[in-house]
Amino acid sequence: MGLDINTKKLKKNAFRVSKVRGIGASRIRVPGGYLDARVLGMVQEIAQEYGNGFVHLTSRQGFEIEGIRFEDMDKINEKLQPIIELLEINQEKPGAGYPASGTRNISACIGSNVCPFANYNTARLAKDIEKAVFPNDLHFKIACTGCSNDCAKARLHDFGIIGMTMPQYDPDRCVSCEACVKGCRALSVNALHMENYKVIRDKDKCIGCGVCVTKCPTRAWTRSKKKYYKLTIMGRTGKRNPRLGQDFLAWADAENIIKIILNTYAFVEEHISPDAPGRKEHIGYIIDRVGFEEYKKWALRDVELMPETIMKECVYWDGIHFDR
Amino acid sequence: MGYQLSKAAGDKLLAQWSRNGIVFAPVKMEGEGCFADTDVVRYGNVTSLDQVEWEKKSDYSFKEILLPINETLFYFTEDQTMVPKGKEQKILIFLRSCDLHAVKRLDQIYLHNGGEDFYYNRLRRRAKFILMPCAETCDSGFCAAMGTNACEDYDAYVSVEGEDVFLDIRDEELSMWGEEILNGNSETTVALQFPKENKEKVTLPKNLSNESVSLALWKEYGDRCIGCGRCNFVCPTCTCFTMQDIFYRDNTNVGERRRVWASCQVDGYTDMAGGHSYRKSQGERMRFKVMHKIYDFEKRFGYPMCVGCGRCDDVCPEYISYSACINRLAKEEQTHEK
Repeated sequence: MGLDINTKKLKKNAFRVSKVRGIGASRIRVPGGYLDARVLGMVQEIAQEYGNGFVHLTSRQGFEIEGIRFEDMDKINEKLQPIIELLEINQEKPGAGYPASGTRNISACIGSNVCPFANYNTARLAKDIEKAVFPNDLHFKIACTGCSNDCAKARLHDFGIIGMTMPQYDPDRCVSCEACVKGCRALSVNALHMENYKVIRDKDKCIGCGVCVTKCPTRAWTRSKKKYYKLTIMGRTGKRNPRLGQDFLAWADAENIIKIILNTYAFVEEHISPDAPGRKEHIGYIIDRVGFEEYKKWALRDVELMPETIMKECVYWDGIHFDR
Repeated sequence: MGYQLSKAAGDKLLAQWSRNGIVFAPVKMEGEGCFADTDVVRYGNVTSLDQVEWEKKSDYSFKEILLPINETLFYFTEDQTMVPKGKEQKILIFLRSCDLHAVKRLDQIYLHNGGEDFYYNRLRRRAKFILMPCAETCDSGFCAAMGTNACEDYDAYVSVEGEDVFLDIRDEELSMWGEEILNGNSETTVALQFPKENKEKVTLPKNLSNESVSLALWKEYGDRCIGCGRCNFVCPTCTCFTMQDIFYRDNTNVGERRRVWASCQVDGYTDMAGGHSYRKSQGERMRFKVMHKIYDFEKRFGYPMCVGCGRCDDVCPEYISYSACINRLAKEEQTHEK
């Protein structure tokens, strides 16, 4: 009796059809790439019991357990349950595995748990976004990165969330050592200069990276109490027109960013091409087709930006065109 | 005189004190640390006992209260100068034993080193010192080695233990201001909490030879040091400042002269007209600093400058340990003697 399997269903259940007939792979999404180490042991167990003993660390910070047989999917889903619970994945039916795979794992750099440059806890925000968007099968890629170094390559995502801090300056604590000025010049965008022995910050130039704060030896520079983020949109890799995401918002808050992402799901539902294979069409191509103004109308629904947030009225993309 | 009060009464006492003076204490400033979501403990105004950070040693010392980071010495116009009026209000400073010993060092430099410094003096005479307990030694301090782990010349001692506050008040004004609260409380003997020994064991070199100037360790530290000056800025005994003349932008004929903290590790410290500068390498600068703290100051005044608070070790972003450096020097000295 031949294998009779609904491949569309198995893909949405986070399994992959491999090159080898009857053999697939189990994909484990790890929001923010941050996990309880016990998950590693569980992954090992599945790989050794049902797979070929090998695991791929995916480019989106998940695991892909290789060499599993399709007939074992139910058993594997059961084995995935404790992992899903430890990772706090939104799930509709316990024991049934990952409920969606179209929207990709929300990836993140290591963030402020460890990194001195990070402006926020990237894994926590990745988890918050995971909670807000999953389960969802539309093709969205989202990444959180702690600072403008963008180690998470957020700019290659539909939504890139880059940590910012609004540097707070107390001139009474400043000793004119110029560590911030030199730091900003060498490591960032040269937005600081000295005037009368005190530091002047060029507000328009400053990217909120926080280098001045980490360089300051006296706490004259500190981070803002409020967390700020830059939202870059519609970056992508791919065959036709790979491009970097462009700034849409700067000095934005997480709540509004999550709203914009959710609004974008509604926008895609409305405008996705009926011909899109497996309802998979990069959002950027949809925006290219319907126009940025139309997208903005959807994206900003019920969004009330903070007064300090800077929004680009119009966003233009460039990148490499192989389709012209 | 010793008292045991309830915490509520202790808070009332502190409120009384803050009515008669400005009370400064180590305060945890949330989110104001160097890195995201980290705190810093430094000096701030308090009006209640809970605002004080009792556990963690302050990252920055009390020094900035007696020796402001930026201090305007005078304002100038084309033909006049004016010294800003000092305030009269008393200043109450919560600090630990090591820091109270540091006050002696500040006094040495600013009051007993040939002439009194007018600006330091007028702040200093407003100050009263309230000793905080060290129930246990901190991780990096080596006060026992420096003989700064205990002290007697405090104006008051305040310790909060659970719901009780233990006080030893020596200063008459502090007693007077707290009269209402203290009256009716029987006097008791309060045992002061001082650390007897530290985790960090430090041996000072006593007879370093001139060869120690060219020891390889200075080069090694010099290669690691980034010259940020954090060690100086957190140090309760570093007293160096630089001068800045500011000409106001809208009218460059008027302005002010400030003195501002300086660091012997930061570029520009010994820059002179003509571009000459002493101690260009970080290694030489560190040698100068370390020797001043544990050797040169003592030659002049009879006791070491360093009080062993350990803050410089805690703050160095390059993990250069000043205490380890001292121990290495002591070892070098031994080897040399043999």
